[in-house]
Amino acid sequence: MMKNKFFNLLVVVLFLGLFSCEEEYVKPVKISYQQQAIDSTLAKNTDMEEFIKPYREKIDAEMKTVLSYSPKSMFKSDSPYNTAIGNMMADAVLEEANPLFKQRHNLAIDAVLLNYGGIRSGISEGEITVRTAYDIMPFENKVVVVELPYEAAQEMIKYLMKKRTAHPISGMQIQLNHNYSFKEAFINNEAIHPEDNKNKSFYIATSDYLLQGGDEMDFFTNNTEVFHLDYKLRNLFIDYFKKKDEINPTQDNRFTVGN
Amino acid sequence: MKRRDFIVKTGVASSVLGLGSTAILNTALNDSTNNSKKITILHTNDVHSHIDPFESTHSKYPNRGGAARRYAYINMVKKQNPNTLVLDAGDSFQGTPFFNFYGGELEFKLMSKMGYHASTIGNHEFDNGIENIAAQLEHAKFSMLNANYDFKNTILDGMIKPYETYEMDGVKIGVFGLGIELEGLVSKKLFKETAYNNPVDVAKDIVKKLKTEENCDLVICLSHLGYNYSGSKICDIKLAQQTRNIDLIIGGHTHTFLDKPTEVENLDFKKVLVNQVGWAGINMGRIDFYMDRAKASKGAIIEL
Repeated sequence: MMKNKFFNLLVVVLFLGLFSCEEEYVKPVKISYQQQAIDSTLAKNTDMEEFIKPYREKIDAEMKTVLSYSPKSMFKSDSPYNTAIGNMMADAVLEEANPLFKQRHNLAIDAVLLNYGGIRSGISEGEITVRTAYDIMPFENKVVVVELPYEAAQEMIKYLMKKRTAHPISGMQIQLNHNYSFKEAFINNEAIHPEDNKNKSFYIATSDYLLQGGDEMDFFTNNTEVFHLDYKLRNLFIDYFKKKDEINPTQDNRFTVGN
Repeated sequence: MKRRDFIVKTGVASSVLGLGSTAILNTALNDSTNNSKKITILHTNDVHSHIDPFESTHSKYPNRGGAARRYAYINMVKKQNPNTLVLDAGDSFQGTPFFNFYGGELEFKLMSKMGYHASTIGNHEFDNGIENIAAQLEHAKFSMLNANYDFKNTILDGMIKPYETYEMDGVKIGVFGLGIELEGLVSKKLFKETAYNNPVDVAKDIVKKLKTEENCDLVICLSHLGYNYSGSKICDIKLAQQTRNIDLIIGGHTHTFLDKPTEVENLDFKKVLVNQVGWAGINMGRIDFYMDRAKASKGAIIEL
């Protein structure tokens, strides 16, 4: 009898112990997943369409504004080393940013370097509109001018030699031999040699994206001074297009190999 | 209690109790199964101002995406299960003229209309400067969450919560946000005095708080760290491995398309789900959590 009671007590204690040890929580016991493609099988919510509409219409109206005309289509893949569209963009920066730089700092831009990847779209034959500027430059990047000491300018030339990509340039020329060795280079008509040593610096206009080390253009961080023009590249292109009846740039000899 | 003691004690109990106790246990479990609660998580990442669908002529994603269709889907899911949490992992800004023209106002207004509960701060949220984030937050009816940026010396001081908790059908859900290192990615002129803290350390502290002080049943991280990097840079996979008690990491930044969430073992050898649904709002992820009372040692059945 006594033994039995003890056993019962043991059972109760162990039973309670079981529950207090194996504590239960509210927790996920089953998880399932489904990915929904947002596509035309879903009917558009009409309230939301109505809500978006005036915002869209305002954009469309401005985007359609005609700024200039392009007699031909241009793409960044048109030619190696330099392209019509890239040359136009770098030339536009030189033309539009130089007066600002002169007015604010009483200095002149020697050359421009943008990046090939930054040409976000081609330009089609026909009207150039505000949308064209958004297509080629959808980002909010701004123009900066950096003062590069001679060694950093040499690094820039070496970078371009090594990459042999049609990065948009203006105000500088690079000629390489057939075997891609150095032939000659100029920044604002000043001859630059990869191996010499001069006590001179250059003012190079670029995008703030590249100044931050984008596209491995680390030489920009070796600058002696940075001037923020607070001028968005897209607005710069819009201003440039507005001034011209026709945008008809060409590929030229600013960067050549084996000529 | 140490895990070894725990196993020994329960082992003794079951051998002594024998058949009778099994029956009792089963009844108890069956009862709780009937109380099973379903929490649905809907999520996006890196929508990048894609308010309208891609053009029908788009080379990769013709007719995909669009806020009006996403809203229709959210409404459909909410009708099936009112206990639905709608979340986003950052970079709702930048990518179409909607952002260029309105600075993020429309993105935040639409997310509010769609019933988003929370989002986190991606690097592109800084594109028009930290002041613009502060200005656009006026249009957000959802919470902007981040736990590892210190905004003390910025205009965002006091405007960003580290985490938020939600109670749905008696289930408490904790959601917190983590952001990527801004130095070298975003101009200092844009993020100003925002300080970056180690996401793993911060996550550990926040999760502890969510579990012990807030008593959350489910913990979700909204991360804009990126899915997976091979180097030492912190990413969602490493975050999952180096922490405990996170149930789900909804990621962004790397625009990663996954067919289904990745299962990663955490410090306690428990499964963490890491997911990302590409970008531009062309997909929406849906994860259903069936919540119930269960023993700590019992893992969830994952049907992916």
